[in-house]
Amino acid sequence: MTTPAEPYALPTEASVEVSAEEHQFNELIAADSRIEPRDWMPEGYRKTLVRQISQHAHSEIIGMQPEANWITRAPSLKRKAILMAKVQDEAGHGLYLYSAAQTLGTTRDEMTDALIAGKARYSSIFNYPSPTWADMGAIGWLVDGAAICNQVPLCRASYGPYGRAMVRICKEESFHQRQGFEILLELMNGTPAQREMAQDAVNRWYWPALQMFGPPDNDSPNSAQSMAWNIKRFSNDELRQRFVGMCVPQAEVLGVTLPDPDLRYNEETKEYDMGEIDWTEFHEVLAGRGPANARRLQRRREAHEDGAWVREAAAAYARKQAVRSKAVA
Amino acid sequence: MTGTNTADAATNADHDHGHGHVEVDSVTLSAELVEGASVASHDVAEYALWLGDDALIIAQQLGWWISRAPELEEDVALGNIGLDLLGHARSLLHYAGAESGRSEDDLAYWRDEPQFRSAHLFEQPNGDFAHTIARQFIAAHYLFELYTRLQASGDATLAAIAAKSVKEVDYHRDHSVQWILRLSLGTEESRRRMITALSDLWPYVEELFADEPLIDRLEGVAVRPSSLRQAFDDAIVPVLAEAELEVPRGFISSGGGRGGKHSENLGFILAEMQVLARAHPGASW
Repeated sequence: MTTPAEPYALPTEASVEVSAEEHQFNELIAADSRIEPRDWMPEGYRKTLVRQISQHAHSEIIGMQPEANWITRAPSLKRKAILMAKVQDEAGHGLYLYSAAQTLGTTRDEMTDALIAGKARYSSIFNYPSPTWADMGAIGWLVDGAAICNQVPLCRASYGPYGRAMVRICKEESFHQRQGFEILLELMNGTPAQREMAQDAVNRWYWPALQMFGPPDNDSPNSAQSMAWNIKRFSNDELRQRFVGMCVPQAEVLGVTLPDPDLRYNEETKEYDMGEIDWTEFHEVLAGRGPANARRLQRRREAHEDGAWVREAAAAYARKQAVRSKAVA
Repeated sequence: MTGTNTADAATNADHDHGHGHVEVDSVTLSAELVEGASVASHDVAEYALWLGDDALIIAQQLGWWISRAPELEEDVALGNIGLDLLGHARSLLHYAGAESGRSEDDLAYWRDEPQFRSAHLFEQPNGDFAHTIARQFIAAHYLFELYTRLQASGDATLAAIAAKSVKEVDYHRDHSVQWILRLSLGTEESRRRMITALSDLWPYVEELFADEPLIDRLEGVAVRPSSLRQAFDDAIVPVLAEAELEVPRGFISSGGGRGGKHSENLGFILAEMQVLARAHPGASW
């Protein structure tokens, strides 16, 4: 799909003359081509990308925590292996994304410092706790499922390094979603206590997963510009609708109930109508008043601070080796 | 921060990604287990349990680091190493359990402390990063020598598990050596911590090379632990020399893990590992 550039993406006719570089940028966007790190880009485009990519990277890193919570307690060795592989993948995704953001001139240190100082955002959903094993299923199925809906279109994002990072990430995300579905399926076929655990986790994660797509289209100020720049391809509401359409038949296979009494198929629109999302809760969690915001940041800060002496040692050693190899040469 | 050498570690970790990588498909998962394994005799099963418990307990501990490592590259690297070791544990426990009709999970989740056969080294706490590296350094060098020789075992299943595992522990060896050098030659603080960690872990080296009566009954099948000591020393001494570290002299733990006598740590490790499985007897996951 080619999204025609919206008029408000470009300087108005009345504004100063468009430079040759800017003209080239606009041409690339209009042709749905890719912008590469060395290409000229408007400051707003760069800022938008740094904000989005670093938030995405932080989400991968903070998102490791609710699942790492169960690595040491996974109830079978097979599940332990899958969970370790998954959480480790997330660290890898964080690395690709930080690298993509670095091509825009922001260092990983700057991004990490902003995260630890509580100045950077990450996906709000990771501020919810994972009290039971079934959360591993619900996170995989719903949170990774929502992430896939968001991320697949990002593989075609106009900024080359971001799009390419997303291609790698999406391949692994589909494995993540399937393993979550499988955990829930196993629980739903299990004992009454296991079924109850699964339903409880779906109840807790469903609405926050819907909020992952962001505010409704009429309340999403940055969306139009991002779409004009071919960073974003579909609106928040479109993606949310697509996700719900995906969840309903899967929930039927699982035998779980999605906790929305207003959810029903609309014959006219051929889509699911859904209940009202609690945007107050969304904004509360975003503002730092969710169940686990403090804990998530504390854990990241502690890992970073506890590891400082290790990173300093590695840097010092690297410097000494460089001096030594220079001396030899 | 990404110094040149940490970047190397990342490259290694990335390169190694295939090693411990598991897919959700049962087909690829079962590839972690050795195909067509025969049923082990009682003694062979006991031997497989020794090796399987070593791998399981250290993998369990390495899993803790994921999301807590000093840098993201190490979350990935320690995760990979833990996954490799968990894969070895699963193969070995699967084989060990066949004789008594028990699954890998029966063995991992439903045995109590005295039934575990892990050596004390593997039970030692993660400590700070230097302690984990010291434990990895000793474990990986021991396992490398062990699996290298076990490839020639008269028991085809053990030989096959060893052949798969040796390539992976070779990478673990390299990872630990790189960090031994960085920490001991990095900063004053890292050097102090590395020296402390090595001397805290060294008491548990001896047990790894102790011959037990079981080994006498498994001539040609098991590797005689004492026969590995020279090769182990030959491999580690030059590394310690390059790191300007001395081989610690001090306490030697009397061990006892092979007979089910464990350090005080194992109870905590098992309590955490087994808590959920034991809360739901008979459930499958």
